[in-house]
Amino acid sequence: MEEQGFLLSAFFFLAAAVVVVPFARRGGLGSVLGYLIAGVLIGPYALGLVRDPEEILHFAEFGVVMMLFLVGLELEPAKLWRLRIPILGTGSAQVVGTTLAIAALAMMMGQPWQTGVAVGMALAMSSTAIALQTLNERNLMNTPGGQSAFSVLLFQDIAVIPILALIPLLALHPVTAVADHGDALGGAPWLRALTVAVFVVAIVTGGRYLLRPIFRFIARSGVREIFTATALLLVVGIALLMQIIGLSPALGTFLAGVVLANSEYRIALESDIEPFKALLLGLFFISVGMSINFGLLIDQAGLIVAIVLGMVVVKLAVLLLLGRLFGIPKAQRLLFAFLLAQGGEFAFVLFQFAASEGAVAPEVAEMMVVVVALSMVLAPLMMVLLDRYIQPLLRDPQQKRAEDKIEAHGQPVIIIGYGRFGQIVGRFLLANGVGTVILDNDPDHVEVLRKFGVQAFYGDATRIDLLEAAGGDKAKLFVVAIDDAEKTVATVEAIRLRFPNAQVFARARNRDHVYELWAAGVHQAKRETFDSALSMGRDALVALGEHPYAARRRARLFANHDEQVLAEGFKVRDDEESLVKLSRQSRDQLEKLVAIDRGNARPEREEGWGD
Amino acid sequence: MSAPILVLYAHPRPEASRVNQAMAEAVRDLDAVAVRDLYSLYPDFHIDVPAEQTALKAAEVVVFHHPLQWYSGPPILKEWIDSVLLHGWAYGHGGTALRGKRVLSAISVGGKSEAYQREGFHHYTVPDFLRPYERTATLCGMTYLPPFVFYGSYSATEMDVHRHAQEYRQHLLALASAPQGAR
Repeated sequence: MEEQGFLLSAFFFLAAAVVVVPFARRGGLGSVLGYLIAGVLIGPYALGLVRDPEEILHFAEFGVVMMLFLVGLELEPAKLWRLRIPILGTGSAQVVGTTLAIAALAMMMGQPWQTGVAVGMALAMSSTAIALQTLNERNLMNTPGGQSAFSVLLFQDIAVIPILALIPLLALHPVTAVADHGDALGGAPWLRALTVAVFVVAIVTGGRYLLRPIFRFIARSGVREIFTATALLLVVGIALLMQIIGLSPALGTFLAGVVLANSEYRIALESDIEPFKALLLGLFFISVGMSINFGLLIDQAGLIVAIVLGMVVVKLAVLLLLGRLFGIPKAQRLLFAFLLAQGGEFAFVLFQFAASEGAVAPEVAEMMVVVVALSMVLAPLMMVLLDRYIQPLLRDPQQKRAEDKIEAHGQPVIIIGYGRFGQIVGRFLLANGVGTVILDNDPDHVEVLRKFGVQAFYGDATRIDLLEAAGGDKAKLFVVAIDDAEKTVATVEAIRLRFPNAQVFARARNRDHVYELWAAGVHQAKRETFDSALSMGRDALVALGEHPYAARRRARLFANHDEQVLAEGFKVRDDEESLVKLSRQSRDQLEKLVAIDRGNARPEREEGWGD
Repeated sequence: MSAPILVLYAHPRPEASRVNQAMAEAVRDLDAVAVRDLYSLYPDFHIDVPAEQTALKAAEVVVFHHPLQWYSGPPILKEWIDSVLLHGWAYGHGGTALRGKRVLSAISVGGKSEAYQREGFHHYTVPDFLRPYERTATLCGMTYLPPFVFYGSYSATEMDVHRHAQEYRQHLLALASAPQGAR
């Protein structure tokens, strides 16, 4: 990569992704398959544009770490606790069941039992990257099948730790190679367990009591890119820490995510990390595509294809059986099984490790890496198969279920800016049981709100990605109630563009601001002081002896007339002379209307109630 | 002691009124009478139901005081009836709060009394048009008294209006001193 130059490599990666992925998406194949194909194309066995996929793969694996951080952010501790049975029960059953089944097959193919178990454990892993990407892409994360699949993936992440510890015990003959993976701490198992426990507690308490003040401090400084840098620093830091103690970095960042799931910075963190994650994951899939050893594949095509199919069938069978045992709804079982039937990215690491520890012969390990990579290519195709040909047979019940859950996720109203204005709108809607998400760029403000149990988040809501993270796609109405007049207009424009089906209400400073907002496509603009000022005027009339009902009528008359003039003024807003004329005309008109109401002038038609 | 007579005065334009405003002024100072100007109390039509029920409970005679427009009372009176006379309180199962009280409609109409005859311009009498109020009172277990009507407000002179207002005052005083029905 050095001699090739970083920019050139980056160019090939990006070009391949940009050319291939949109087509794959269009063709209903999903972005994962698109990236994999792109990787094959630029890889050493096709065009050979980029060398050294291994190194890139290492780097890109960090995308998986970031993805788990994001998954953690979406998962509040309470929700995680609810998933304890699927995680521990279904998860452990999947790993143990698949390992045993594959070990048995391997032994039938003449491999020693040690190799069988090692291969079984490695192949039991599924691809978090592919499965979660698929779940997100199809919005299936909150379906029972999606939740179960996620739980199993989480358990697999945890299981990597004991598996790394077990593999050396499976060595066919003593090897002197030094393990470069995992067991950095060494020592007695109980010591290890203790270390793990200490670090988990450290992340949880640190996240609770340290991270939020830090983020508040950073947010208050108002330098946006430093907030992004802090988020990245957190993820990278935890990943490093985990590597030092020999734990899965993904697991550590996942925990940090869970700890921050309840915080007001969730949405800001999500939208900051998301682009990095997406790009790195893309890079990851590309490098998987690149690393497929086509030489070996062509030499041993029959055997490899047979192993791939055998593995997928075994994994599917185990998963379907577990789905039935653990009560996953019938219509969801296939989804659950198909999501997890491929080999995972951990397998690459585990095979490398198993070979160096002498548990698996090097040539077997290399072949298995090809098998896993191929199964990853197969995974998106299997989802297409499931979608197009299998699922239509059992469509109905699943569809309904999925929609329910999604509804509970997004809120119908997003209030942007929770100052003196937004607060009243929000409190009123809340009192009427309308679900609202509140965004405000004052960290202190958000902190207070959350103490009152309001669903508030920190962030500069003029950023459209933040609105997306806040569930903008599901919102029926946006209320833009920020102080800054120019920002209000910009935000309204951005929302209209990105969420054309939602209504947008905005707080307006004055007449001219109303015109700007109308021009920006707002559905309703309210002058911030108009109603309260008019209400005081009405009270003043009453205090001066006017009958309250008459005062009410006059206020209504005034408001209606004023709104009419406002609308007329919009047509001639750029012509100062016409505006002055209009305002003089309207004053005369209003005086006449009030005179009629007071009975001092004769209306065109006489109203009753003269008795 | 609270006043035995509760006047529910409903006029959407009291500042334009001749007859009804004079009537209201004529009884406002009486100890036995409490006037509630509904349009003044509830310009936004948001009626304070508990307050109205408390006032009703304290009264022995309830007066619906309003002009007749389009053969009916002003809209706020309908709103008041709908919101205050609740099932289980004013009528229906357990609705005994108003039982034994008396109800009087104090009404003004523009036309002369001849117009309010079977063979007259309007084809029906004023009590005919007041049937809904009569039934409402009866349903709540109250006695509906013969209405106190001022005819011909369009053509009335200042003297007519003044005389009628004084008669209204005397009528209410008489009702206050002559308790009738269950107590």
